[in-house]
Amino acid sequence: MFLFRMLSSIRLERGLLVSTLQQTYLIGARSLVIIMICGFFVGMVLSLQSINALQQFGASDQVSLLVGKSLFRELGPVLTALLFAGRAGTSVAAEIGLMKATSQIDAMQLMAIDPVQRIALPRFLAGLISLPLLTAMFNAFAILGAVMFSIGVMGLDPGIFWSKLQTGIYFGKDFMGGVWKSVVFGGLVSLIAVYFGYYAKPTGEGVGTATTRTVVMSSVLVLIFDFIMTSFLI
Amino acid sequence: MAVINSQQQTIKTGSRNNSLKDPIIRIQNVSFRRDDKVILDDVSLEIPRGGIVAIMGPSGVGKTTILRLISGQLAPSSGSIEVNGNVVSAMSRRQLYECRKDIGVLLQNGALFTDLTVFENIATPLREHTRLPEDDIRERVLAKLESVGLLGTEELMPDSLSGGMARRVALARAVILNPKIVLFDEPMTGLDPIAMSTVGQLIRATNDELGLTSVIVTHNVAQMKKLVDYCYIFAAAKLIAEGTPEDLMHSEDPAVDQFMNGRVEGPISFRYHNDDNSKTPKPARP
Repeated sequence: MFLFRMLSSIRLERGLLVSTLQQTYLIGARSLVIIMICGFFVGMVLSLQSINALQQFGASDQVSLLVGKSLFRELGPVLTALLFAGRAGTSVAAEIGLMKATSQIDAMQLMAIDPVQRIALPRFLAGLISLPLLTAMFNAFAILGAVMFSIGVMGLDPGIFWSKLQTGIYFGKDFMGGVWKSVVFGGLVSLIAVYFGYYAKPTGEGVGTATTRTVVMSSVLVLIFDFIMTSFLI
Repeated sequence: MAVINSQQQTIKTGSRNNSLKDPIIRIQNVSFRRDDKVILDDVSLEIPRGGIVAIMGPSGVGKTTILRLISGQLAPSSGSIEVNGNVVSAMSRRQLYECRKDIGVLLQNGALFTDLTVFENIATPLREHTRLPEDDIRERVLAKLESVGLLGTEELMPDSLSGGMARRVALARAVILNPKIVLFDEPMTGLDPIAMSTVGQLIRATNDELGLTSVIVTHNVAQMKKLVDYCYIFAAAKLIAEGTPEDLMHSEDPAVDQFMNGRVEGPISFRYHNDDNSKTPKPARP
């Protein structure tokens, strides 16, 4: 119902576009640093574990294929969504919850301004836009981490690394599968964050509960939806 | 919660300054319950156009609830509320939003938007509900800021304002669209005596200049005497008295006398009572 109310309040107005862009910067661009750092180290640890496992079969030259498929299909969208929920989701829930606690939401309603359209919708749209872009950055930095470890530390042949990656990753199955997941996860996390923030009790405890619920519910639902989507995409 | 032992009849004292022929707000047989608690019990009153009316009573009696019912934030359990000829209690969200364009509200803490400057806060209703060009918006906002004595603060953020300043900015925002009705929820709470007088004078001046009807929820009897034209007093979920401040000050009703003169002893109890006294916990024995 809340999602329906939000989507039905979409109007092609300059105000909504400006707010959405502002929120995309605040929610998305400001999450870049954590996404890049985590992506980099996930790439490194993934290549470390992959080389360690593949060496037993004499197949360590397949590391880029394993890392690439894992990242584009699963780890990229899922880990980015979980990090996004922790960093941006809690921020959105807390911000809206505090607006409620300080009667700003009431003030908007009393000024005949729909707070769902003015506050919740731009943040929801910003999350929907941001997560696929953040996932792409996560994947890029994870590949970079994998390159630095596999080639720079373990001494794998760079030509083999890149050619395996290029020929083994399919656009439809691997890349686009990850994109669809990130769009769905972006909408899911943002919806949960604005929902719990909007319906938070207007107290300090209420805001705290809203942020906790945002992270927990987002994490659980991302993993559930990941399984459901994977079963259709494979 | 108040307990009244005197008669529950509404005491009317004195005569109204304004005619009742064309009330701008009409509350008819309204009851409101929250969970199992009766907040308002079969309340009826009419607020005439023009002038300043106070809604008073002990803390927790439902004064803010009345404002929320008038503005449509809450729906009554029974009865109806008419504002400017429209039955607010039966409106859809869209209709309610349309009706609220004629109602300004000053909430207790001002409720300024913390991510916007003072200028943008006041300009918000103009941007949302009018198609005025930016120059006109700027002119109106600055004029309103000057009228509340805060010209020069337009680029400040709300967190750098004092309580009195924030209240004045909120007042400017509440009247920027020249509404017909302005609702004030305890506008003097938390202010020092000078700020209190300043805000009071502004309310009076704005009301008279723009020809508004102002409804003020307050329990500040001293300010009420200086500011309002007519007053309703609530206790124990009922309207127990109405009249001009002068007449209410001289009322012989024990409950009205207790409230207006701030006496501890009287029919209005400071102890909390719920509807089922058996649930009230008794203190442990030593």
